[in-house]
Amino acid sequence: MGASHLAFKSLMRELGNEPIVPPKPSLKTLNFGTRFAPEFACLPYKILLGTYVEVLEMGADTIAASGGVGPCRAGHYAQLHRQILTDAGYKFEMIVYEPPSIGYRDFVHKIQMLNSARLPLLKLLGAINRGWAKIKAFDRLEELSHWIRPRETGNGETSKAYRQTLEIIDRAESLEEIKQAEKEAVALLKSVPHDPDFKPLKVGIVGEIYVLLEPSANLEIEETLGEMGVEVHRSMFLSGWTRDNTLFDTLRIMAKGDPLKRAAQPYLAEMIGGHGQDSVGHTVLYAKEGYDGVIQLAPFTCIPEIVAKSVLPAVSRDLNIPVLSLSLDEQTGKEGVRTRLEAFVDLLARRREIKANTRLAHELGGGA
Amino acid sequence: MNGYLGVDVGSVSTNVAVVDDESRVIASLYIRTNGRPIQAVQEGMRTIAGELPPDISIHGAGTTGSARQLTGVIVGADVVKNEITAHAVAALHIMPDVQTVLEIGGQDSKIICLRDGVVTDFAMNTVCAAGTGSFLDHQASRLNIPIEQFGELSLQSKTPVRIAGRCGVFAESDMIHKQQTGHKTEDIIAGLCEALVRNYLNNVAKGKEILPPIVFQGGVAANVGIRAAFEKALKHPVTVPPYYGVMGAIGAALLAREEAARRNGVTSFRGFAVSNIKYEASSFECKGCPNCCEVVEIRMEGEVMARWGDRCGKWANSVQARRGARKGSAGSSGGDAAVADAS
Repeated sequence: MGASHLAFKSLMRELGNEPIVPPKPSLKTLNFGTRFAPEFACLPYKILLGTYVEVLEMGADTIAASGGVGPCRAGHYAQLHRQILTDAGYKFEMIVYEPPSIGYRDFVHKIQMLNSARLPLLKLLGAINRGWAKIKAFDRLEELSHWIRPRETGNGETSKAYRQTLEIIDRAESLEEIKQAEKEAVALLKSVPHDPDFKPLKVGIVGEIYVLLEPSANLEIEETLGEMGVEVHRSMFLSGWTRDNTLFDTLRIMAKGDPLKRAAQPYLAEMIGGHGQDSVGHTVLYAKEGYDGVIQLAPFTCIPEIVAKSVLPAVSRDLNIPVLSLSLDEQTGKEGVRTRLEAFVDLLARRREIKANTRLAHELGGGA
Repeated sequence: MNGYLGVDVGSVSTNVAVVDDESRVIASLYIRTNGRPIQAVQEGMRTIAGELPPDISIHGAGTTGSARQLTGVIVGADVVKNEITAHAVAALHIMPDVQTVLEIGGQDSKIICLRDGVVTDFAMNTVCAAGTGSFLDHQASRLNIPIEQFGELSLQSKTPVRIAGRCGVFAESDMIHKQQTGHKTEDIIAGLCEALVRNYLNNVAKGKEILPPIVFQGGVAANVGIRAAFEKALKHPVTVPPYYGVMGAIGAALLAREEAARRNGVTSFRGFAVSNIKYEASSFECKGCPNCCEVVEIRMEGEVMARWGDRCGKWANSVQARRGARKGSAGSSGGDAAVADAS
């Protein structure tokens, strides 16, 4: 997802494995995915399956995948993928990582399975820590690109620079090097000609994690909006999600709950699987933080997001924030999405203009 | 006399309209796209040129519809806008206090909610075309009834039958079953109109607050049966404006008029002679990466005017045809400056 594979690549290498880096999900990936997947499986299912086929064709013998215990069907995707690919005649081993909160021993055991170099514990933790440092660096760079892109004065310069920054981080090895690389990458992004005084519209992006984090699954929505002059804020980054679901999860259950669930409470009190409740909670928070609008990204047939979608109109009405829901499937034509984004941005710009005028009229009236 | 041209090229129809300085519609035209947008635009331009008063000069041009980008290059548009904004602008012009716009075209349908003259919410059909004009067209020809009489006939029904409206395929088999068990044609047609409206309200308009005044536009608004079914379901009068079929083009023309004021009358419009220029659209598959993007290339008299379709921008940026000032003033003045020029 996104740039995270680069961090896993270096981690796998340190553990003594030969990582096979899949190509960016493409039409070819999707063709593989749809050939083997059930018709009504969601887009993430198909892209993942297609990616597995691609790496197996490239010679991979082991696939590490994440599991899951929530009500979302993605929790058993890894097992289904394994079955489908085995039936199709591929030979490989699949290691499925379940959240450590349901079994630390299993988690540690599975990490050891990938520890081909038999690194001692301390070194192993060091390697994981470096991988984690890279993921955080990638996330911070991406966030910065979201800020620069709407302000750029040339066309597409930010995206070009952003791609270079990924290579810079990818080359770094030690913690110190990663730190230096991030500095260099930040400087590179900031050197993109931009107008810091430009006040772009601000849009929050919520939805299911895979289509949120993988640009090729959401038709590069962040780039498209950024180049329309809109600053996007994505509600989820891999570093944030992993933290929530591994290390602190157990602690958090004991704590009094998190602000996201509290925000969603009046509209969707139950955890319904996937990121349905998060989508609602983030929309509430974006509205309170004064964002101009929210876009929900949902894989077509994704139940949690369908539930969230039917709740969001009430949030939108109560908190006076426009929400646009986009359903993503196999379509590769950008035009339909583009039309909706343009219209949505039009709507937001008009609203802001009117708000500014009312404020102005109010101030003038008050001064007289 | 000053005129402003709007062109709306959709999947099924191509519409052209010209408005004057007072936003009055001087001429309008509705023809079939027939899958050939370039020829349709050229034919439309040729025809409308003949209908305009001789003293008119065009001071601005706007395009909309799914082929707005292509059309923008051909006519030399000053403004290229999405069809939601264009339809809203046109509806507001006809009825300044409109709060809901129902629009059903050949292959898509949308709902636009407005409050105090501003678009506050909208939706377009996403995955299903059951509630659109193409489906009605198909059913009319299957029943051997001219589409123009479809609506009138449905009004004669006293007991509309229930037709599944969820999906075009199911609707068709349901209709066939009802017809084979002996229901009258007008009852089936009336049932179909109600099914289509139900489908629209349950899918496209789901969760939207539908308040009067309501305007119904797009090609399907010609169908009095659908209009009646809407009024029955919504319990409010539904207004079909006189130029219901060309509202997108009128919206584009009105936007072109606004844009002309900003540009002090400097227009990129190429003139009606475009109907005699040789335009060629071709496409090729880029081999740069596994995405295999289908890149479209537009040539005017052999010269490359524009390219698009590539995800990375390698080809599109190599032409850099009129990207214009996309950003810049959006923050301070708001308005449409925040929207990318689609070309």
